[in-house]
Formats: sequence, C-alpha cells, structure tokens
Amino acid sequence: MKDFKYVITDPEGIHARPAGILVKTVKEFACDIKISKGGKAMNCKAIFGVMGLGAKKGDEVTLTFDGEDEEQAYEEVHKFMSENL
Amino acid sequence: MNVYEGKSVFHGIAIGRISIYKKGEQQVKRVKIDDAETEIARYEEAKIQAVKQLQGLYQKALREVGEANAAIFEVHQMMLEDDDYNDSIKNMVRTQEVNAEYAVASTSDNFAQMFAAMDDDYMKERAADVKDISERVLTVLHGGGGGAAAIKEPSIIVADDLAPSETVQLDKELVLSFVTVYGSLNSHTAILARTMAIPALVGTPLPLDDTIDGKLGIVDGVNGKIYVDPDESTLARLKKMQREDIQRKELLQTLKGKENITLDGKNVMLYANIGNIKDLAAVLQNDAGGIGLFRSEFIYLEKEDYPTEEEQFQIYKQAAETMAGRRVIIRTLDIGADKQCDYFGMEQEENPALGCRAIRICLTRPELFKTQLRALFRASAYGKIAIMYPMITSVKEVKRIQEIVSLVKAELTNQGIEFGEPEQGIMIETPAAVMVSEELAEEVDFFSIGTNDLTQYTLAIDRQNTKLDEFYDSHHPAVLRMISMVVQNAHKAGIWAGICGELGADQTLTQEFLAMGVDELSVSPGSILPIRKIVLETNVEEYKAGK
Repeated sequence: MKDFKYVITDPEGIHARPAGILVKTVKEFACDIKISKGGKAMNCKAIFGVMGLGAKKGDEVTLTFDGEDEEQAYEEVHKFMSENL
Repeated sequence: MNVYEGKSVFHGIAIGRISIYKKGEQQVKRVKIDDAETEIARYEEAKIQAVKQLQGLYQKALREVGEANAAIFEVHQMMLEDDDYNDSIKNMVRTQEVNAEYAVASTSDNFAQMFAAMDDDYMKERAADVKDISERVLTVLHGGGGGAAAIKEPSIIVADDLAPSETVQLDKELVLSFVTVYGSLNSHTAILARTMAIPALVGTPLPLDDTIDGKLGIVDGVNGKIYVDPDESTLARLKKMQREDIQRKELLQTLKGKENITLDGKNVMLYANIGNIKDLAAVLQNDAGGIGLFRSEFIYLEKEDYPTEEEQFQIYKQAAETMAGRRVIIRTLDIGADKQCDYFGMEQEENPALGCRAIRICLTRPELFKTQLRALFRASAYGKIAIMYPMITSVKEVKRIQEIVSLVKAELTNQGIEFGEPEQGIMIETPAAVMVSEELAEEVDFFSIGTNDLTQYTLAIDRQNTKLDEFYDSHHPAVLRMISMVVQNAHKAGIWAGICGELGADQTLTQEFLAMGVDELSVSPGSILPIRKIVLETNVEEYKAGK
C-alpha cells in the first residue's frame, strides 16, 4: 500500500469538473484508490464520493493506493494532482 | 404593469413575449415487483440510453456554447456511471423489491440532500445536477424521449429553475433572456447566459401562471428588473435603453482590442475614471488601457470613521491585481469643498472651494496622510500603481510630500513590510500649478490635468451656480492654452501629461488634444470606445495643417 498527502491549491477546490477529470484518471488503474479528508475516506473512482468531500483550497487530502498497479497509479495520480489541483 | 426584481447575471435589455418553461414532471409510484434482476436490467438499459443522450448533448453544447459549458454533460455521464449511485439503486430494487423508477427517485433525493447540506454554495448547486440526471433516467423508463421546450418565437424564458440539459435543448436563436425564480449567480443558467451574452435574472420571485405567460415582458439586466405588460412610457424608455445598449456593444465589438493610434501613427493612452472599486468591471468591459483616476474618497465617504491602513490596502491591492499590470493611478484623499466627511471634524469655511481641502488636509494632518501612503506603497507590490496628489500649487508642497513619502518608506523598510515603487504624479488643477509647471515637472513622474477645477479657478466662476451660465465657457481659450502649456512643460522634462477632468471626454476637443500632444485621456468607462473611434480616424498632422 502507498499513500501521499496533498494540499489543494486550485482556488475552486475539487469542484464538479476537476472531480470528473480526477475520477477519469484513477479509473485507468485496477488498484483500490481512496481519497480522504478529515478522516472521511471515499472511493476515488466514484464522482459523488469525490465531490462529496467538498475539498476546498487549502484543504489537505490523502490518497491511498492498494493493489497490483499501485506504484504506477501513485506516480500518475501524484503528477495529475500537482499539475491540476 | 407588474415589476419584479431579481439578481442580474448579465447586463442588457431584452423585450419580447414571456414563455414559461414547463418541466415534464415525473410522477413516480412505488410498485412492488417480483423479479428484481429483470427490473435491474430495465434500469441498466435506461441508463445506457440516458448516457447516449448526454453524449449527444455534450456534442451539441460543444458546438453551441463551448467546451467550458459543455463539460457539465461529461460530468453528468460520470455521475450516472457512479458506483455509489448505481449500487444504491440496485440495492433498493433487490432488498425492498421496488420498481426501478422508485429506486432512482429515492436515490436521487438522498444524493441531492447530501449536496444541499454542504457548506459551499457551489456544491449546493450540484443537488440540481443529481436531480437532472435522475429525471433523465426516469423519462427513459417512462418511455419518453426527453422533449425539448416548445418555443416558436423569440421569447423571454421564465422558469422556477433550469437544468443544464434543459437550457442546452432550447433553440438559442429564440432565447432573448432567461429569468428564473430560484438559482444563484453560480447556476448553470447564469453561466450560460453570460456565455451567450444575453440579459438574465436569477432569484426573481415572480408567479409562474397566466398573469405572465404569453405577456409582453422587458428584462432590464442593468437594474435587475422584469416588467410584465409594460405601459407605453416604460416600453419607450426601455426601447431607447436597448438601442443605446446595442449601439454600445456594436462599437465595442469593432473597437475592442485595437490600439489607440492615429492615422499618422500617434499613440494616446485611454484610461478610465472610477469612483468605486465596483466600477472595475465596467473598466475591463470597455477595454480601458488602465485607470487614470481612482478617486480614493469613496473609501472615506462610505465610512463612519477613518478607514484603516489594512482596509485601504485590500482595496488598492484588488484594483492593482484586477488590472493585471496595467497602470492604476490612485488619487490621494480629495475631501473638502463639496465632498465632506463628518468624522473629519472640519471647521465651517467661508469659501470651501478655496479652503482646506485635498492635499492641504493631508499636509496639515500627516498621520492621516501616512496611513493612506502606507496602504498605497504596500499595494504597489501587487501591480502597477501610480499615486497622484491633488490641488498642488507649488514646488514647496511637492517637497513636503516627498519628505513624508521618505518617512513612510523608511518605516515600512524597518518593519520589514513589503512595498513597491509606484510612480508619483500630481494633478494640475490650479492656475498656479500651470504657471510653475516647468519646475514641477522636474519633481514628479507625470501630470494629470483636472479641468473641472482648473476651469473654475481660471474663470473665477462657480460651476454650480447656474445663473452664471452665460459667462461660462468650457472651451475658453485661457483653459486650452493652459493645457497646451502644461503638456509642453511636461515633455520638456521628459514626463507625460494627461487630462482626467470632464473636458477629456469632450469629443469635440479630442483632435485638439491630440494636436497639443496630450499623452493620456482619462474618461468615464463608457466614453473610452467612442473616443478610440475618433483617435483611429484622426490624422494629427492634417488636422494641424487645416486649422
């Protein structure tokens, strides 16, 4: 299992559109991916869960990866987050 | 005639028939079913259909309103394919043995409530998205095709709220305006209206019944009103406003983005005068090259007590950041004469126009002045701020200002507070300043001529006194020669000179000012494009030769 923490810098936070793109990105991987904020963990492959976190600018979220392709997923998602959120 | 007020999303005037948009309300009954798997298969099929419809809408929206507005339909597809959403529906069908319609409607309510309860206005709006995608599935389950609204003539569309899938199916050519009872400035209708550049109101409490349906309506997006069944004088007044608005927008289209350059290649800066931070939108809309006069008085006049450094800093910073690198010339406090603040505790004066006003207050009360200067110097780190001092009559005054400025900078440095190096200029609005402009030009970075006061002081005529109209001449040669003299003295010292008084917007003088070599005209935002038009059509050398 791997994980990383990330502080949202996008002024809009993880709103509908970025949430959609994030979900699209993580769905490429087979491993189990969760996104959590303040102890609330959500399936990162489900858009309602991601949006339901209501992550705003300055909020810290944690992403965890568990499964066969976790290494690769970690790399890709980390890159995506720092470039887009 | 009835008038309703709402929040305006986009300026403009629309006149036309009102058409109430009626939703195909879905009645959902709870029905007990025998075979859960068949019911789930029904749902799956309906979902596939719904996703296909959304793909179609995405393509349509992409063509008509652009990628940014179309993206919502992609998000909608993902919502429909969301695991949690689908699990909830299937689970309900299996455990409660209910029909797919009921499971979809219940799940929709649950998810919508989750968003509605969130502490974020934008996310609250997403409750409408959940309902929208669920309605779509329900329509398919009911065997309907998801009908588009039946409008046949150009109309003002009125609804309690509009989902993105509803707005995108409307024939855009026939939509004059949107007016919704609910909805916020973040709603899709609002975003779409801005993209389509049509007037729209949200949060407008009007009755969706026969008292408005099919009636003539006027949407006044400038003042946030809709008139139903307007009387003749209102109709005539708004028609005139509409014509002016259209003309202005047409001018804007052709002139926006163009440089202010004459036929023979002379450049002039066209800046905007503003009296409040709220005017920034108008500045950008009218394509101003910068702000030539930011009247900082409003910060003082709107308050019951002296505004703090921090309050002022935030306002100046916002102006600097909004203008993104374009010059923002902020005039320091110009209180006195006709602008009074009770808490300043100024004494009654026999002759306030010639009394303790503007820079004279600042120099007699340096603490007050320093607060504003600190805010201005700090905000200068965030953009291209320039400071302008009003009512200057002598070099000595400028020297005293420079001393106070050095003190302020030293203080900020000692305190380790970040600040920028703004340009500093003065207003030329007294005959004395004109006469010593050659010396003043050596001390400052720019001149801006305040023609209102300069004319009043030069002609010794109170402009408020209408009995003196026959003696008043805004084009008096004395004033025009003074302007010319100031410009020449500025250029001799290698600095620029502009005009920020009302005369700057006088279109009959634009060519004359260009001939004098005036470098900048600062006018109300609405005057910028008409003046740009004159600049573009002028050949300065020919104009001079023809005089």
